[in-house]
Amino acid sequence: MFLRNLGLLINATMTYTPPLLLAALGSCFSERSGVVNIGIEGMMTIGAFVGAAMALTCGNPWIAFLVGGLAGALFGLLHAMACVSFQADQTISGTAINFLAPGLAVFLCKAIYDGSSDTPAVDISAKLPKVFDGIFPVGSFWDNVLSNYSVAYLSLVLVAVIWFVFYKTRFGMRLRAVGESPEACDTLGINVYRLRYICVILSGFLAGLGGAYITLATVSQFRPIVIVGQGFMAISAVIFGKFKPQGALLACLLFGFCNGVKVLATSSNVVSPNLISMIPYIVTILALVLFVGTARVPAANGKPFQKAK
Amino acid sequence: MSNTKEKTKNSFGTKILHGNLLYTLISILVGFVVGAILLQAAGISAGEAYGKLVTGVFGKPKFIVWAIVYASPIILTGLSVAFSFQTGVFNIGAEGQYVVGTLAACIVGVFVKVPAVIHVPLCLIAAALAGGLWSMIVAVLKVKRGINEVLSFIMFNWIAYYLSNYVVNIPAVHKEGGGEATKDILESATMLIRSESLQEVLGAGASYNIFVAVIAAVVIAFILNRTTLGYKLKAVGFNRHAAEYGGINSNREIMTAMSISGALAGMGGACQLMGMGMRISQFSSQESFGFQGITVALIGSTNPIGCIFAGLFYGAMKYGGTKLSLVNAPSEIVDIIMGTIIFFIAIAHVFKRLLLSYAGNKKAKGEGGAK
Amino acid sequence: MGRESHVDLSKTVIAMHDIVKKFGDFVANDGINLTVHKGEVHAILGENGAGKSTLMNVLYGLYHPTSGYIEVNGNKAAIDSPEKAIELGIGMVHQHFMLVQPFSVTENIILGMEPVKGLTVDLKSAREQVIELSQRYGLQVDPDAKIEDISVGMQQRVEILKVLYRGADILILDEPTASLTPQEIGELIEIIGHLTKDGKSIILITHKLKEIKASADYCTIIRQGKYIQTVNVAEVNEDQLAAMMVGRDVTFKVDKKEQKPGEDALVVKNLHGKDYRNVEILKGLDITVRKGEIVGLAGVDGNGQTELVEIITGLRKGTEGSVMIHGKEVFGKTPREIFEAGITSIPADRQKHGLVLQFSVADNLILQNFGEEEFSSHGILKRDAIQKKATELIEKFDVRPRGSEGKPAGQLSGGNQQKVIIAREITNDSELLIAVNPTRGLDVGAIEYVHKYLVEQRNKGKAVLLVSFELDEIMSLSDEIKVIFDGKIVGSVPGRDANENELGLMMAGGGAHE
Repeated sequence: MFLRNLGLLINATMTYTPPLLLAALGSCFSERSGVVNIGIEGMMTIGAFVGAAMALTCGNPWIAFLVGGLAGALFGLLHAMACVSFQADQTISGTAINFLAPGLAVFLCKAIYDGSSDTPAVDISAKLPKVFDGIFPVGSFWDNVLSNYSVAYLSLVLVAVIWFVFYKTRFGMRLRAVGESPEACDTLGINVYRLRYICVILSGFLAGLGGAYITLATVSQFRPIVIVGQGFMAISAVIFGKFKPQGALLACLLFGFCNGVKVLATSSNVVSPNLISMIPYIVTILALVLFVGTARVPAANGKPFQKAK
Repeated sequence: MSNTKEKTKNSFGTKILHGNLLYTLISILVGFVVGAILLQAAGISAGEAYGKLVTGVFGKPKFIVWAIVYASPIILTGLSVAFSFQTGVFNIGAEGQYVVGTLAACIVGVFVKVPAVIHVPLCLIAAALAGGLWSMIVAVLKVKRGINEVLSFIMFNWIAYYLSNYVVNIPAVHKEGGGEATKDILESATMLIRSESLQEVLGAGASYNIFVAVIAAVVIAFILNRTTLGYKLKAVGFNRHAAEYGGINSNREIMTAMSISGALAGMGGACQLMGMGMRISQFSSQESFGFQGITVALIGSTNPIGCIFAGLFYGAMKYGGTKLSLVNAPSEIVDIIMGTIIFFIAIAHVFKRLLLSYAGNKKAKGEGGAK
Repeated sequence: MGRESHVDLSKTVIAMHDIVKKFGDFVANDGINLTVHKGEVHAILGENGAGKSTLMNVLYGLYHPTSGYIEVNGNKAAIDSPEKAIELGIGMVHQHFMLVQPFSVTENIILGMEPVKGLTVDLKSAREQVIELSQRYGLQVDPDAKIEDISVGMQQRVEILKVLYRGADILILDEPTASLTPQEIGELIEIIGHLTKDGKSIILITHKLKEIKASADYCTIIRQGKYIQTVNVAEVNEDQLAAMMVGRDVTFKVDKKEQKPGEDALVVKNLHGKDYRNVEILKGLDITVRKGEIVGLAGVDGNGQTELVEIITGLRKGTEGSVMIHGKEVFGKTPREIFEAGITSIPADRQKHGLVLQFSVADNLILQNFGEEEFSSHGILKRDAIQKKATELIEKFDVRPRGSEGKPAGQLSGGNQQKVIIAREITNDSELLIAVNPTRGLDVGAIEYVHKYLVEQRNKGKAVLLVSFELDEIMSLSDEIKVIFDGKIVGSVPGRDANENELGLMMAGGGAHE
């Protein structure tokens, strides 16, 4: 019984964590390169819609997943243009994207699907595959733990990859340097603009993937409220994780775990589900107060950089 | 002395070029153009949709009244965000403060039995206190424990959201028989206009919540520009090191600023409840009044008086947007237009530079002959 | 001090011709010529704002010249980016260090030209290369230390290594001695010797005449963006150089009447305190300033000066000790209470502590006094009175442009910003004044103004504590010089007996005597 419950808990955790984690990894790229991106929320929403629409059109979940990411990347490009080329206030640009992208998603949805703000359900064949489905007996511990969608585990692998990129490669070293001192990088011949463009577009891409994951794996259709708030939770995870990919992973797992507890506790029907739903947020605040403390924000974060002419 | 007149004329032109209004108006124009292109691309007549937007708001006096009623809570959340910007914090938590404000006003509005003259202010005060307190907790976390306020604001938005849903479902508060909502607030707690002759002109649902918003904006403008409190808050917001050097206790002022900002958002919630909603329904997603407040603050150039106009604009767009389905145009076009406007406001300094250098060149050419 | 010259006049490495650089209407460089040979140390001399840094940024590809051209090793070169400059063998050490604080020394040196092994940055071989380079040119650094943990002197060596790592043959050093001790300056001059011997050319931007005499072969003088002339350093003396720089004869002496100091205004005893990293930086410091004297606090940046002033004025909490102002204990009190005890200060960083740049000049002038009856009642500001006061002070202290009461302070020039602060502080009229680097970044005219004002305060019988990294400033103004090192006062000399070498030795922690 305990094992089975543990299995369910891990299952619930791993259902909630991946989209959040993908978006949080995106946010890491942007924030560490010195561009605040609160548009993650909008980028996830457009990714969620485009992912679902593509799956409905072409039937291939992987293409749909990728195109969902590209839709997010497109808004990343917009954010980069405003923040990098035009030195816009990054919060304002991000706010704009949080109106533009979800607005466009629902607008397109209504335009394509006969005025409905929800897409039809994505067929199971067009959904992201479950890797270990059917190998273990249904409802057993290992079935619960491993039957999750393949991307759930890919997102964990991605953390390792991005950690490697951040701390071991030339690109990662420059990325971190640009977020601390773009002026120094500029004098060393590093193209600050290009690097920030890449990072912000990547952040949109990953956020878009996170959004598409929700419509292609967990929810299987686009609805206007399918994302609401998760982008902001991803940003919180990054601040919580001190702007490190591995830190963001821990924060996302914590959020996911609390959510898992919430799902299980809600089904037991003892306490009001609304009170239980507060747990992840209260735990986050408590964890910050008790353990984590102040995060060191990248020194150049939020400051537009203008190259001298 | 003889060219004084010339000078004032010049400075008027320069003032416009240096101010924000011109660029806001340009951004609004661009927003509508982008919206029109999208509508046309989706096979919807932009003329028809915009026509509906205009007649939907200005078609009848009661439409205008409703647009204003819609605007009032957003003016207040906009004011909340604008005030936070002016004092150096980004209040992304107006959403949560708005929700707890609504909640406090609702509880006082349902359970306290006093005459309207007392009841309405009482509800407003309760909402302001609740919103202020909600924001103050975040301020304390920031000041005492160094916790990033953007993060805690987002958490508190969600806690407020579920708190509201929890309260809605408490049997004593819950509406008897059906409906996922609270009981209606007592008649004495509403801001509805009760004069029948006025109702005939303004429509049945007319309320005077706009006056709360306008008075709040004027008071905030006065505080920011003419009082020592505003001086302190702004000094801390712009440069807390210099403020501390000047003997201002920056931690205390940050807490004051965030509390005031929260109180404004809380009052926004009360205005929505007492002027429009009458009860709180169970949320299925965040209501976004707080996020809309960010837009209002930006369109209003973070100026309190500017927020009144920006809020009215947004209120009208929002109210008009509800009628777009009548012409089969998605109401989300409003979000797209608003998003585009903010985006162009974000890069407005680029236009400003271009226009100023153009004006500068023209002036230089004009003076070139004389020199 | 005999120095060996390594100039090879047959090889011209840099030739800049008629360089003009405009920013909008402002002409920063107006037809400047510069020729540098192999193995040469070429100084560029000019006041703050004369256009030295602009010229070097043009040479380094950070700015594009409006007109004029550059030849490198005899070939015309379009240097449109630092990358191009690096490629051509030009390297620059900026006045404000361009370092990534949380990165290690090695990482900073290789950034932008990282050796790669497979997919990863090869930090191991990079580290070896750094050690090799640092030994070859006698530039001692710790390759694994983080920048935020090392001294200013070492940071500068990192900057030089960065340039050498890129294989530069022409090094531009922009005000390299700004925050070094005389001994460290001596070491730098030695390093410059090593480099030129190796065939490198050095362009040295400075306004310090002594250093030019000690290290340079040739000197080009720039005044208000214009080329004045190039001289052989061996053939001119310091006074001549100064006159060329300023365009008139200058006296560096300040008139100071003899007077006996009065009672104690500031008494600091056994002060302990921590810096922003929570490391103990003040370790039992004692200092006393009496009325009618200027006490100069000399020392290298980072030995506790900033923290001392912040604790005295209440911006930072000390851990133990005593601070008495006019006989009143203020240790641990708030900035407000300390201000009211009778102290004013000209802060080190005028843009950080001195002014709210977004506020109007008028609002900045009441930063400590907005709550007083003159400017507000019952919490409401008296706008007319504030305006009137501003107009009066702008006139009295010659803040330019006139009529800038309503202008944001950020729009004024550095010198005028400083005048706004001085106007405010002098109006507060307290018996004790603390000035921290009051002339940093100002031009000669403004410096004279500030010095005159400080001495005037002293002559009026006020107590002045002058904290400065400019030893010359301390020596010419102080009645008493105290040297701070490692959080303590390590030496005390009467101003008239001060000897630069002796002070320098104490600043570096050697030869302490009480």
